[in-house]
Amino acid sequence: MKPVVHYSAIEGRSIAYWGLLGTFGLFLLLGLGAVWVMEHNGHYVTGMNNQVIWGLPHVFAVFMIIAASGILNVASIASVFGKKMYKPLSRLSALMAVAFLAGGLMVLMLDLGRPDRLVIAATYLNPKSVFAWNILLYPGFFGAVAVYIWFMMERRMNKYSHQIGLFAFVWRLLLTTGTGSIFGFVVARNGYDASILAPMFIIMSFGFGLAIYILSLMATCRWTGRELGDSVLRQLKNLLGVFIAAMFYFIFVFHLTSLYGTENHGFENFILADGGMFTQLFWIGWVLIGLVLPIAIVYHPSMSKSRTWIGIASAMVIIGGLASMYVIIIGGQVYPMPLFPGFEVSSSFGDGTIASYSPSIWELGLGIGGIALALAMTTFAIKVLPFIPNSLSDELMDPHYKPAEDVVEADAAETNAA
Amino acid sequence: MSEQKIDQYRRDFFTKATTAAATGAIAPGVMLMSVGQAQARPLDEPVSNKNRWGLLVDSNKCSDGCNACVTACETENGWGSGSTDEQKSDPDQKAQWIRTVTLKNKLTGSEHQLPMMCQHCEEPPCTDVCPTGASFKRADGIVLVDKHICIGCRYCMMACPYKARSFIHEELNDQSPDVPRGKGTVESCTLCVHKIDRGDGTTACAEACKKDGHQAIMFGDLNDPNSEISITMKKHATTQIRADLNLNTGVRYRGI
Amino acid sequence: MADSVGPELKINRANGDKCVLPADEMRKDHMKHLKHQRDETMHDGIRTKQFSLKECINCHANKDEADKYIPVNAPGEFCQSCHAYTSVKLDCFECHATKPRDTAFHPIVTDKMKAFADVHDAPETKSMLDTIAKKDGAK
Ligand code: HEC
Ligand code: HEC
Ligand code: HEC
Repeated sequence: MKPVVHYSAIEGRSIAYWGLLGTFGLFLLLGLGAVWVMEHNGHYVTGMNNQVIWGLPHVFAVFMIIAASGILNVASIASVFGKKMYKPLSRLSALMAVAFLAGGLMVLMLDLGRPDRLVIAATYLNPKSVFAWNILLYPGFFGAVAVYIWFMMERRMNKYSHQIGLFAFVWRLLLTTGTGSIFGFVVARNGYDASILAPMFIIMSFGFGLAIYILSLMATCRWTGRELGDSVLRQLKNLLGVFIAAMFYFIFVFHLTSLYGTENHGFENFILADGGMFTQLFWIGWVLIGLVLPIAIVYHPSMSKSRTWIGIASAMVIIGGLASMYVIIIGGQVYPMPLFPGFEVSSSFGDGTIASYSPSIWELGLGIGGIALALAMTTFAIKVLPFIPNSLSDELMDPHYKPAEDVVEADAAETNAA
Repeated sequence: MSEQKIDQYRRDFFTKATTAAATGAIAPGVMLMSVGQAQARPLDEPVSNKNRWGLLVDSNKCSDGCNACVTACETENGWGSGSTDEQKSDPDQKAQWIRTVTLKNKLTGSEHQLPMMCQHCEEPPCTDVCPTGASFKRADGIVLVDKHICIGCRYCMMACPYKARSFIHEELNDQSPDVPRGKGTVESCTLCVHKIDRGDGTTACAEACKKDGHQAIMFGDLNDPNSEISITMKKHATTQIRADLNLNTGVRYRGI
Repeated sequence: MADSVGPELKINRANGDKCVLPADEMRKDHMKHLKHQRDETMHDGIRTKQFSLKECINCHANKDEADKYIPVNAPGEFCQSCHAYTSVKLDCFECHATKPRDTAFHPIVTDKMKAFADVHDAPETKSMLDTIAKKDGAK
């Protein structure tokens, strides 16, 4: 007989639980305080200016939005690709996907020059704008995932969870493509004008999302005393390794294709060689911390068995992810735009020079506030609804994974036909 | 004479009278209004694509160190030195609708300068990306921000290849009645739309450049084959900045 | 209006005794007209004066003892007092000037004449007309 996975809401009555929720709440409040300062005074209190137009808030927002769709991957692996082991992991995955999207959007919206005009953003839509597409994609994502969660939790609806899971999966691909295209469509800037940005964002979303998921799952199971089997974690970390390798590949191709066009040599040289802080962030933050070290840990014969190291590797992927966003978003802006080929240009408006940007505490506060919102939402939701399985022990999760029955049948049908 | 009357005269004049004799019969002032514009437009008539307003900048005539166009724009539109606002913003945060850019030839070392502003593209990237449609192109080719529906997302600034747009980083109080501007929205050169609509037939920058005796900036109707700007562009080679992007700019340059 | 309840309005009657529509219509509908005008001016370049916000300000701004304009959105002033009373919040004056600029008033014809003279370097009337006539003939 197959053991059955049971879910339950966590108890959430301990001081530690309220302390955790309180901490997230506090950071959220600090974030909102920072917003108040920014919006009351105007953006002059930030480090953003007319050269570096999108600053730290966008680094956080874009990171969280693409991570959100990546977090949903765990659920998709179960529902779309039929991997049984991932099924018990699905609910938390869907929940966190919604929470991170909400956090990211909060940051994005509150950094607007006129957040009071949000209604306008929803009512006047310019069909040509990638940004407007995204404004439609976000609520769609919320809706699809909410229904997905409902179908997973409601026994009567269980049988449709596969379909809605598929729908949510397709939607998330669109969402990440849309987010990537926000930058990809900016033809004017050397750093962005690459159709490869959209697929690269999808791969990055896989990696960031899974890293966030692994960390959260480990923390939840540990703090609620629920078992998390070694082989479950091993599968997850192996998958993380695959995603990191894929990110590696894409970054390599990205810069290679970029180097192919002469007009991009200046920009590539800036990022890869003499961009000061950006070069450091690229090599140390993005490549070393975000890719090389975690992949080494994840495949290291002994480290990869340690939960602490798996946790550290996941955290590194997240830090590397933030660094990569900084390099892409800010680095793409500080580098001067090519207006007059063959000329050295100068002006009172920073033409021909590397722009400067030093983020303010308010922008950082807003970004962290967004993450706090996502974590607070998750922490709260798992207390009120049964998102977390009572146990994720190896025994329960069926370590000797066998293909699903219907797949076997399909195979049989094929052999019959042949 | 009342406004309405003048309009009426203008309309009548253009529909009926085209002979020199009729010209003489009408008050000089009325006639004069119609000349700056290729076609006088009554106040209540919408703009149309009969016109496409543009500028031709001759960088050979642009005099080194001269900043007259920038100052004139500041005064006319109430930014920079033309206003007491934006004291808290740092230099990188202050609005800049027009700027002079100095070009130094990498091979020969020769230097010259030219003014840069919104290039009033026919295919403006800013309007493509704007989520609300606040960035738009008027029928007569002027690219504007409808600040009433601008949410301050600044995607247009990211998309603009010319860095022509500015975001307002603080509260303002000293605006010109003709040029409303305010915190949290994006703005750029309007091609002095309020002057064009008024029938001035020129922009502040072109006016100032002419007054200083350089005549490096010419304003006119690119759709009118007989306008000075069209004739000049037919005679001389002109360039668009970032022509590779195929935006068909309304601001053209000579002598880059 | 005698029967109207509301704040005591400081109405500037220096430019005549009438608003652009009868006062009770204005009281009821000015926001509608302004918003309509806003879109027409912005997108179609329609510059009729009747419902132009700039013109409201030109006419409704009061002057202080020193003969200086007071912003229309200052406490107790025309637009503000009424909106404060009805607790309506406007963002218009974040951007729109709240008082006429002393230099803002150009008699319309002379402005055009000056503009013409600047552009075409032409002296006064007679020769200007000749130039125009010549241009017309050339077409
Ligand atoms: C963020 C800045 C901003 C805000 C806020 C704003 N406007 Fe405007 N408004 C503009 C600009 C810019 C123009 C274009 C001016 C021009 O081309 O002459 C304009 C033009 C107008 C015009 C046409 C010109 C005129 O003076 O008649 C009207 C009417 C108008 N606005 C009404 C309003 C109203 C009513 C509000 C408040 C509900 C408002 N605006 C708020 C920026 C703003
Ligand atoms: C030519 C000057 C002038 C212009 C332009 C003008 N007004 Fe008036 N307005 C007046 C006068 C005078 C009154 C008082 C009329 C009366 O008492 O019958 C008035 C009355 C009003 C009232 C009614 C006040 C009350 O409760 O009695 C409102 C509201 C108003 N104006 C708004 C506006 C708006 C909005 C605009 C711009 C679209 C505008 N006005 C343009 C002169 C002007
Ligand atoms: C008689 C009182 C009164 C006066 C005087 C008055 N208003 Fe209003 N106004 C109102 C009321 C009441 C509303 C709200 C109407 C509603 O919400 O439907 C309003 C709304 C508006 C709105 C729409 C606000 C929005 O965002 O929906 C604008 C714009 C406006 N007024 C402009 C003006 C201007 C400009 C003046 C001065 C020239 C002025 N008003 C003078 C009473 C007044």
